[in-house]
Amino acid sequence: MGKAELPLHAPGTRVDRGYIGQSVPRPNAQRLLQGRGTYVDDLRFPRLVHVVFYRSPHAHARIRKLDLKKASQAKGVIGVFDGRAVAEYCTPWVGVLAHLKGIKSPPQHAIAIERACWQGEAVAAVVAETRTQAEDALGLIEVEWEELPAVIDMEEALAGKKVIHPEFSDNICFKREHDTGGVNEVFAQADVVVEETFDFGRHTGVCLETRSILADYNAAEHSLTVYHSTQAPHMMQDIFSRHLGIPEASVRVIAKDVGGSFGIKVHVYPDEMATAALSVMLRRPVKFVADRLESFITDIHAREHKVKIRLAATKAGEILAFDLDDLTSIGPYSVYPRTSGIEGNQVVNLTGGPYKHQKYRAKLNVVFTNKNVTCQYRAVGHPIAVALTEGIVDKAAAKLGMDPAEFRRKNLIPDDAYPYTFPSGIKFEKLSHHQTLNKLLDLMSYQKLREEQKSLRKQNIFRGIGLAAMIEVTNPSPAFYGVGGARISAQDGATLRLEPTGMVTVMCSVTEQGQGTEGIFAQIAASAVGVSLDKVKVITGDTGVTPYGGGTWASRGAGIGGEAVLLAGRALMSNILDIASRILNVGKETLSIENNTIVSKLTQEKKIPLEELGRVAYFRPDTLPMDFQSELTVTRHYTPRQYGFTFTNGIQASLVEVDTDTGFVKLLKHWCVEDSGTIINPMLVDEQLRGGVVQGIGAALFEECLYNPEGQLLNGSMADYLVPMSGEMPDIICAHVETPTMQSQLGAKGVGEAGTAGAPAAVMNAINDALAPLNARVTAMPFTPERILRALGKVRIEPL
Amino acid sequence: MEHAHDITLTVNGAQVSRRVPARQHLVDFLRDELGLTGVHAGCEHGVCGACTIRVNGDIVRGCLMLAVQANGCRVDTIEGLSDSKELSRLQKAFHEHNALQCGFCTPGMLLAAQDLILNSNKPTREEIRSHISGNYCRCTGYQAIVDAIEEVMNGQG
Repeated sequence: MGKAELPLHAPGTRVDRGYIGQSVPRPNAQRLLQGRGTYVDDLRFPRLVHVVFYRSPHAHARIRKLDLKKASQAKGVIGVFDGRAVAEYCTPWVGVLAHLKGIKSPPQHAIAIERACWQGEAVAAVVAETRTQAEDALGLIEVEWEELPAVIDMEEALAGKKVIHPEFSDNICFKREHDTGGVNEVFAQADVVVEETFDFGRHTGVCLETRSILADYNAAEHSLTVYHSTQAPHMMQDIFSRHLGIPEASVRVIAKDVGGSFGIKVHVYPDEMATAALSVMLRRPVKFVADRLESFITDIHAREHKVKIRLAATKAGEILAFDLDDLTSIGPYSVYPRTSGIEGNQVVNLTGGPYKHQKYRAKLNVVFTNKNVTCQYRAVGHPIAVALTEGIVDKAAAKLGMDPAEFRRKNLIPDDAYPYTFPSGIKFEKLSHHQTLNKLLDLMSYQKLREEQKSLRKQNIFRGIGLAAMIEVTNPSPAFYGVGGARISAQDGATLRLEPTGMVTVMCSVTEQGQGTEGIFAQIAASAVGVSLDKVKVITGDTGVTPYGGGTWASRGAGIGGEAVLLAGRALMSNILDIASRILNVGKETLSIENNTIVSKLTQEKKIPLEELGRVAYFRPDTLPMDFQSELTVTRHYTPRQYGFTFTNGIQASLVEVDTDTGFVKLLKHWCVEDSGTIINPMLVDEQLRGGVVQGIGAALFEECLYNPEGQLLNGSMADYLVPMSGEMPDIICAHVETPTMQSQLGAKGVGEAGTAGAPAAVMNAINDALAPLNARVTAMPFTPERILRALGKVRIEPL
Repeated sequence: MEHAHDITLTVNGAQVSRRVPARQHLVDFLRDELGLTGVHAGCEHGVCGACTIRVNGDIVRGCLMLAVQANGCRVDTIEGLSDSKELSRLQKAFHEHNALQCGFCTPGMLLAAQDLILNSNKPTREEIRSHISGNYCRCTGYQAIVDAIEEVMNGQG
């Protein structure tokens, strides 16, 4: 399929014609379909040894005695190491950022020294020839513990009667208050005030491939090669370099196939740092692959917020103000280097985001507890902010007796109001709330569903319809991390090389976790250069090969990496035409590249195949003019800078049926209308949305990391921690509005997190809509059958 | 002291003999002894389905079966079923529908889907969803997987 045959997908975008907007399958899916991908655990190296960790069984305890002798004598064991031994090779870190004013966290070591602060924190490492031998030796480690008072409940943490870290006077990691002023006055005078407290359970990513790392230190070169299941190879290169004392350019981080990440694999994990340090200590390759049980107690958790929110409105249905107080617990350390203050910060920034009220106040307390750490997981803060906003908006609509869709229509920021500054201070370039709302209501036949709902209620069938409008942070500028001092790149680069046979190799710093990054980069490169898709090969995930960049997080791959590929593609095309004009002795401006061939722009007459041009440029440059040197490798970079973030918008709807006898929620259908700017591959975009929605449904209905009062995780296995499986999931209908960002040539915004951001709110509102005739209401996620039955008054026994 | 046993089995059509520890799981045997890394260990307690393989024609969890139990058995993995082209229609449909993202669940998912194709006639969408309910996919939301399987099964006429 040649580029000339394909239509331009998004009218008004300034993109080159070609594959942009086409649902082409991803070339890199082929190897995965045959089981021929390479995940970290698939690698086999000479002299490879395996590390496993002895983890604290207590939430908070001092190590009185750690006896490693028996373990170190076990069969196959190379060595057993405590925190002090590893600390000689790996310096500790502190997870704070300068722009989160006042944030604090104590130094954290790769392996705990003296004290463990959560159940699961590693206190010793066993290295052996096989993993089985290492695991056998774990049982021979003898530890004497002195249990310390544990702070598990976040309100108790905030009260600060027991302080976790002796160097601090309280358990507050970070607090923030944002106030436009005038909030009290508005609430005092408002016709209608609604208030609610929402609880959000802790949950975690459950990547099917667990965290994995293989570190290979070369003592002769003092160099380190790390094969890592990671989203951010350059960030990790910098961190390994600084904390292990190896020059940056001597650290190479390679991310081959990554089995899911969702934000789980973009943080510094102590056990992974220890693995790298052990490779240096032992001067041989060391591999660590978390097992599922330790994933549950050490992969970052997320959410766990309790938020009181109020909304003030006029009796005509105009929203005047939001006022909220968020309390969130992050475990004993702020996670390095992104910090654990960001999720709460996002709640403050984003709550109320789609609406045009002018008064806003938000208070945030982020507290330490003796549970596993929390940090940025897919949609960071958005699911909280959207559920708070949309939950309280629905409550206000009900109090006013207005239809939820009409109430939203009345209050959404008008589509012609942009650029727009929101009361929290964030700026929107161009959003399309009304277009997405209208499209959604059409798509789902909203009125018809309402009528059906009404008639089914007469038969005691309780269906609910929930809406959730939202905004989403994508394409972050350095405002996200860089300004706070984190060495996390907001820019990305792409190198494109024309090969002698006319193929194009793309090397880009944004990584692939399955979302299709490499596929869309191939589409953009093919379109920009003028070659067919089969001529493009994409390489990502290798600091030794690609330009420098941030990698994958915050829905930035397409918008930032894609723009770098586009710019490099155009530059390469220009350089190719420089050569062609010399070979043909005609003006460069008269030539173009179509379907792997230099053509005359005017007549489309084929002039030279790229393969022939490549032959001349690489093997017979002697035939080109003396003063001319061809440049067939080009690199371009891109950083979004005009706006702190390129916001997207969208709206979701959920249709559910609640069984009021069992408390079970049946998801009947889900809709999502999203404006993510220029769409590069509709099939992949829809797939991102659907996967995200299902992850959000998991948060709404199933997923919660449950701790007992002593800080023991009660459901740390996949048998006990429920994730969405295919049987319970609905079909998800996606549609789009395309408002390209004008900050880039490509016009793409991000889409990776939108589904997860909006789905919990939509499901919550649908459940509460179904329960409304029964005067029942749920506000604590996940909405388990038990919680629904309690809300219905059908279970009265107190929970254990 | 580790108990070991001699086993002989047929893996992807070829006979292999090994001495294996009694406690070694079949998934570890396939991955570590035979280098068949297309079989993935996801949860190692029988819930996620990533290690789904075929033993004597039935799909099983490679993490819930010991290597010694496979003595005398015929074992098929994603590698063999790809080479024999048995999965080629499913693989094509998965590719065209983008019924995979990270690909970690995919070998197991394909084997579960193929089991449905071999043992069912024109299942409904709900039946397809139900059949793959033991295979966890965090990426796709399942819809494209159901679409791909449905297309292949409807195509069978």
